[in-house]
Amino acid sequence: MDELKVSDISLYNVKAEDDAVQYIVIKLGDEQYGIDIKYVDNIVRMQHITRVPKVADYLKGVINLRGEVIPVMSLRIKMDLPADEMTKSTRIIILKLEQHGTIGVIVDEVKEVVTLGQEAIEKVSYDDKEERVNFILGVGKHNGELISLLDLNAVAMESK
Amino acid sequence: MDVNQYLEIFLDETKEHLESLNSQILSLEQEPENVDTINEIFRAAHSMKGMAGTMGYKRMQALTHDMENVFSEIRNGSMKVNSNLIDTLFQCLDALEEYTDNIQQTADEGTNDNQQLINMLNAFLKPGGKEQAPAKESGGAAKTEDGPTEKWMDIKIGESEQLVLSTAKSQGKNVYGITVYVQESCLLKAARAFLVYKAVEEKAEIIVCNPPAQDIEDEKFDLDFSLIIVSEYPIEDILKSTRSVSEIEKVVGAAYEVEAVAAEKQNTEQTAETKPAVPAQAQSAPVKTNEKKAPGKPVVNRTVRVDIEKLDVLMNLVSELIIAKNSLVSASSMEGGNGRGFNEQIEYLEGVTTNLHESVMKVRMVPIESVVSKFPRMIRDLSKKLDKKMELYMSGEETELDRTVVDEIGDPLMHLLRNAADHGLESTELRLQRGKPEVGSIFLDAYQDGNNVVIEVRDDGNGIDVEAVKNKAIERGVITPEQGDNMSEKDIINLLFHAGFSTAKKISDVSGRGVGLDVVKAKIESLSGEVEVKSRLGEGSTWIVRLPLTLAIIQALMVTVGGEKYAISLGGIQTLEDISPSEVKLVQNREVINLRGSVIPLIRLSKELDIESSKSPEDNLIVVIVKKGEKLAGLVIDELMGQQEIVIKSLGKYISKCKIISGATILGDGEVALILDANALI
Repeated sequence: MDELKVSDISLYNVKAEDDAVQYIVIKLGDEQYGIDIKYVDNIVRMQHITRVPKVADYLKGVINLRGEVIPVMSLRIKMDLPADEMTKSTRIIILKLEQHGTIGVIVDEVKEVVTLGQEAIEKVSYDDKEERVNFILGVGKHNGELISLLDLNAVAMESK
Repeated sequence: MDVNQYLEIFLDETKEHLESLNSQILSLEQEPENVDTINEIFRAAHSMKGMAGTMGYKRMQALTHDMENVFSEIRNGSMKVNSNLIDTLFQCLDALEEYTDNIQQTADEGTNDNQQLINMLNAFLKPGGKEQAPAKESGGAAKTEDGPTEKWMDIKIGESEQLVLSTAKSQGKNVYGITVYVQESCLLKAARAFLVYKAVEEKAEIIVCNPPAQDIEDEKFDLDFSLIIVSEYPIEDILKSTRSVSEIEKVVGAAYEVEAVAAEKQNTEQTAETKPAVPAQAQSAPVKTNEKKAPGKPVVNRTVRVDIEKLDVLMNLVSELIIAKNSLVSASSMEGGNGRGFNEQIEYLEGVTTNLHESVMKVRMVPIESVVSKFPRMIRDLSKKLDKKMELYMSGEETELDRTVVDEIGDPLMHLLRNAADHGLESTELRLQRGKPEVGSIFLDAYQDGNNVVIEVRDDGNGIDVEAVKNKAIERGVITPEQGDNMSEKDIINLLFHAGFSTAKKISDVSGRGVGLDVVKAKIESLSGEVEVKSRLGEGSTWIVRLPLTLAIIQALMVTVGGEKYAISLGGIQTLEDISPSEVKLVQNREVINLRGSVIPLIRLSKELDIESSKSPEDNLIVVIVKKGEKLAGLVIDELMGQQEIVIKSLGKYISKCKIISGATILGDGEVALILDANALI
């Protein structure tokens, strides 16, 4: 039993260090969102998206990423925000998700990469009627600003 | 000398020589006096002897040496070719093939001396040559020795499995071991094993499997495999259901003693230790070891021999790629990196890499010759076995298919040929009675048809007796008599592909016993192909196997609809028509056109694709006439862009819900275009 405890503690230590997670901060409208960097494969500029008919409206279509065909979704539409306006700073973040494979998401702007420790993250507690709460794992605080941390698997999940 | 690096070349060349020997000896049988053929065979045997000697394969060398001797005599005119000799020679080729297979698997030729064959060959050489096959020699070709049949007893149990077994036992379930023996003539062993698996899994849970399931799937097992299972049912139930699978020789099984495992484990470990001590080159006694060598990866990788021209194209593309890269470098330094030249070069580069991709795909294409070249020999053997006179005519052996497809297509084709020989062709007497030529003909024609390669197996035999099939199906409970009355002739013929169906009245070891056409169909479908039958009673049947040329590149018609680009596979397209809006009529509220006497429904792609057509209603319609089976439909598009070879990319599972889109492709300009599935639209 003693041995077990020792290993438990060391495990815990490793975990504590890992708890500081790097997030890519993106903007959608005026709000800031954080995307766990371990899921991010690539960030590309906005490019021509080939529409795919008869799919959910948040699926904008497919793009060619170095010879691979990648589906692209609009975070804004998925989160019931006004539709995307393509600007110079619009980017597609290519995510690699275990469940859903590679997906691109359109964001208004990519700001920076921040490191958030566990203490800087607050779990969301408000049980609002707003649906997009479901996409958020917690809220991070960084330099006095709030960053909503996205639950990517929930984002990628098909909505009814 | 380290010969390993030459092993691949050796195997390649040996296989080639064997193929050529097979066909040469066949033609020798037709023209026993043909000097060219005899010389050719002599040369092939001679080079094989030389190669085997260099590589240190003594047994192979000895056998080819004696074959060479025989031919040397024939060449000198001191011996005549007769059918006995031909038979013996074919057996020699089989033995050589066995050596080669062994070498490919284990880098060792095995320990079968084939003394019997050598003696037979030598018997021909002796003056007044005694042609009777000598009695079986000491070991020679002694067949599978009947070891203990209950091989499941030898299964090694890991600790975790043992735990599972004892838990199951404590829950009052029974633990059994069973060993399944597949018939030697079985064509698709893996498929049969799979059926056994399924049968067992209905009633029990499989805990351990020997050889491992993966190996069984890859057909890396001899004729038997063993399972340890946990079940609530009595053992007889399980044995019964496994025995119902066709082509299974026998199934043995009994309760498995979990407690005894420990002791047995020790036993097997001991034997395992002694095994490797057996010297690979047991020169002394010619004992055929039936022990399977450690099933692992074959020592030699699969290779493709490539036409030099295809490689040249590849090489040119690579040099173009380098040029494009260089101009990119200079363009970026001259214009600061963002000018038009830069983009042009990137587009150029894209074009080159796309071509490169396609060329690599083409390199994977091989002629089906390597598969079909063994068939004449097979038909010859069948002809003797079935005592029917028949002749195989082949055409289109040079037709190319993707390597992966070619590798898989052999067994199904062989099956169709056997089927034609056994069920299709009538017996010689019956043929004469019916006024047909005494010698039955079987045709194997391969040709390219658009994006497909079609392989037809045709015979001039009896054809399919639809009534007999129907009665059989009713008898077997596949359909009810009422269903039977309502079925079209075609539907009934398709029942032949139903699992466990055979109309042969006489069971032979060639086909029959319901040796599944179902398996054939499943195999072809797994290659994205299809198989159909056409038949006329009394005149013969045609089995048509249609396979995609490659699994990745198709010829497509590029079109635009509402400003978006789409690709339609050229395969299904019949014609392109220019139709004035006044010709469009309404039938049952659906738009149709009357085209050269046939009424064809119109499908407006803009509607299907939820997009505004860029054309006004007064404009003439551009209609692509596509065909699905017997059905025609006209797809209305906006513009034609032309024909293009496209690489099919999957849309990924995330977006796969759209049925009318079968995939996507990347165009020369880097844009993605969707591929329309015309079949889903009709």
